[in-house]
Amino acid sequence: MEFIRPGINIDFIGRRKTAYLLSAAFILLTLLLLLFRGGLNLGVDFASGILIQVRFSHPTTPGEIREALRSIAMEDSLIQAFGQKGEFEYLIRVSESDIELSGLSNRVKKSLDGMFGEKNVEVRRVEMVGPKVGKDLREKALFAIFYALLFMVIYISGRFEYKWTMSIVMAASLAFGVYIISELGMSIIWLIAVALLITIGLCWFLRLEYALGAIIALFHDIIITIGAFALTNREVTLPVVAALLTIVGYSLNDTIVVFDRIRENYRRYRSRDFAEVINQSINETLSRTLLTSATTLIVVVCLFIIGGGVIHDFAFALLVGIVVGTYSSIYVASPALLIWRGQLWEGGAGLSGRRGKGS
Amino acid sequence: MSKKLQWRGFIVLLVIALALIYLTPSISKTLPSWWPNILPEEKIHLGLDLKGGMHLVLEVQTQKAVESHLERMVEDIKYSLRKAKIRYQELKRSSSDRIGLTLIRGEDRKAAEEMAANNFPDFAVESGAFGESDLRLELVLSQKAQQHIKSMAVDQAVETITNRIDQFGVAEPDIRPQGRDRILIQLPGIKDPKRAIDIIGKTALLEFKLVDEDNSLEEALKGTIPPGDEILYQIKGEPGSQRKIPFLLKKRAVLTGEYLTDARVRIDSQYSEPYVSISFDSRGARLFEQITGANIKKRLAIVLDAVVSSAPVIQDRISGGRAQITGRFTMEEARDLAIVLRAGALPAPVKIIEERTVGPSLGKDSIDKGLKSMITGGLIVILFMVFYYRFAGILADVALFLNIIFIAAGLAFFGATLTLPGIAGIILIIGMAIDANVLIFERIREELRLGKTPRAAVDGGYSKALVTILDANITTLIAALVLFQFGTGPVKGFAVTLSMGIIASLFTALFVTRVIFDYLIIERGMKKISI
Repeated sequence: MEFIRPGINIDFIGRRKTAYLLSAAFILLTLLLLLFRGGLNLGVDFASGILIQVRFSHPTTPGEIREALRSIAMEDSLIQAFGQKGEFEYLIRVSESDIELSGLSNRVKKSLDGMFGEKNVEVRRVEMVGPKVGKDLREKALFAIFYALLFMVIYISGRFEYKWTMSIVMAASLAFGVYIISELGMSIIWLIAVALLITIGLCWFLRLEYALGAIIALFHDIIITIGAFALTNREVTLPVVAALLTIVGYSLNDTIVVFDRIRENYRRYRSRDFAEVINQSINETLSRTLLTSATTLIVVVCLFIIGGGVIHDFAFALLVGIVVGTYSSIYVASPALLIWRGQLWEGGAGLSGRRGKGS
Repeated sequence: MSKKLQWRGFIVLLVIALALIYLTPSISKTLPSWWPNILPEEKIHLGLDLKGGMHLVLEVQTQKAVESHLERMVEDIKYSLRKAKIRYQELKRSSSDRIGLTLIRGEDRKAAEEMAANNFPDFAVESGAFGESDLRLELVLSQKAQQHIKSMAVDQAVETITNRIDQFGVAEPDIRPQGRDRILIQLPGIKDPKRAIDIIGKTALLEFKLVDEDNSLEEALKGTIPPGDEILYQIKGEPGSQRKIPFLLKKRAVLTGEYLTDARVRIDSQYSEPYVSISFDSRGARLFEQITGANIKKRLAIVLDAVVSSAPVIQDRISGGRAQITGRFTMEEARDLAIVLRAGALPAPVKIIEERTVGPSLGKDSIDKGLKSMITGGLIVILFMVFYYRFAGILADVALFLNIIFIAAGLAFFGATLTLPGIAGIILIIGMAIDANVLIFERIREELRLGKTPRAAVDGGYSKALVTILDANITTLIAALVLFQFGTGPVKGFAVTLSMGIIASLFTALFVTRVIFDYLIIERGMKKISI
């Protein structure tokens, strides 16, 4: 059975302007959201603070919980329902760093026991992260992102162009740039930003077109996934960062498959218009792209729906990342290859109906 | 069958057999008695987020250990000065790393410097503001000695906490130093996290201090504390309506928990209240006898972590080295106090800087929900593949099934820990592992469409898809390895299952399904591929 008929020829490249606008709108929306909200909603892992998941044996309202917490001056905590309906489960969160966190979970438990009776309260999860650990974890996460990007960039700049000397140049320049920055004592955020600029600059000057396309798609995916978190005001926790890095891998994976085919077809049809070759390659790999995304999406949706509250945000990140990653390998990464041929916006369109069906 | 194909088939069967052997201990309830002698019996470890339990990171306030070392050194220096007949005006710890000494006579300076150099080589002597002629000397503890004290404090804290946890009774605790001044504690399956925290976090510094009855407590409370004295409080009453009773005590402890050999819970026959009975070693017993003998009718305060637990009047000289700590304990509190006293005091106070507790019911929930989503997602994918690729789909499903077995066996083989994100990693792999097969099958379809024979199509499909498959998986593997390096606990579990899954899916897609295809086409002469 086949969803995508062989010989299908959808004019993806011809519609690239619409795709650019759509992507630009999403990225802009993300930036505006981040600006408006003053950054992401960081979970206790990074913001430090305490999170307590409590289950009550009978219906309880946030107001009652707040009342119980008043005795330990924690009535300002964030209290939100958690898990499925009919489970009377709540998350209590405090992110103030001036509160003494040591032993706080005990005090909360005691005050809840006092109000509702010890038997009716079950503390199911406590996550307390002190300011020092929070800072450590923030740094660790950023370093993980930094190194993941670093290795990916080195790998793809060598791999896509089969120019391993280029990737050595890339690695050396990055190492040098990063060394300068860390000598200057700048923060890891700057480290990542500078590494990025160096990478994109090098890709540009060394004409590593495939690498640049892949990197653009990668950031497109990450930014929009982050935007989805900002939009839904979900918490960014350690597992969510893990999901983001997985998306980095997944996004590249999709892009690589399409790019490999573009290179193969480019060698085969030297005389053809490059935009046309790209379009044909996307069409040829379309079946695989959609199929893989579909199977991955199926399992991630299952995880999202059935997996339970603890893993919910993690699954959400994967869900968004996979959808966006699939879209970007078709509409963002491949058209980005046209930058070098001056066809980023115009030309190369009108391929429709040349072969087989499709519009 | 051709030699080459035979070998490949043999390798596949061998790997599967090995995986099953490593998996058996985790699956079957009872192993035959001969099994552990020749075969692995390691089970898959479950992370704290699945098993339930507590993860703590403590910070040892190592600076405090240095300070209390300095306090002890002050006593030693006092003794040395007396022996060398050097008179001084003041001798005390002046900051976190030095002891200030103010002499009375300028001519003692040389002698004092010599005494310090000979008896206290860890200290460097610095002069006060007026240089050589100054009466003031500063004894500065060297960096090296400070480092030594700090690392000793962490080691000792680890040992003490290990002792306490052992006596408290937790199966398979994991307590280890982390970084410079931190201790990582993992207590799987703990029922009462609150008590565990109390037992771990208590410094349990037991001191006996004489009550200063020559000076007035009222004056001291107004702010003029006599030199060498301090005010400590006893806390009485129920929580909520607590009263603090002040005591004016001699700062110097006449006896500490250092000499303690045992601590037991006893029940007071009169009030049937529990108390803790402690016994000292022979040296402690001698000291105790001396002190009680010299201070009859005076009050001796028993101080635990700077809180007075009682201050009885000494009725008589006490020999035999026994004392009682009373306080209005519950049975549980008394038992826990006995545990921490037996295990000894922490060399410095500790602070909990990270706590993650998962109740057993939540852990079980997570396993249930994780497995449920895995089975649901897996079934849909399996059906989908059969539906879409027919016979080849079944091959992909076999590969998928083998992947999961290989991941699980890999977890057991490497002694890795399965966490909730780890289960998510397996679920993700179910979706992603299909990718390699899809890439191959799509290529085979293309080759078939070009009119190639099944054998040529399979050859072409595999060889053309190979590079792409390797590439695509390497990027994900890079991400997983970075996560493994930087991740903590649960996230590390995700990195582990993800990377194992990638390697397993490479093996099954490129090797296992190929062997089956080749067997069917070459040996069984399959003419048409159902794909």
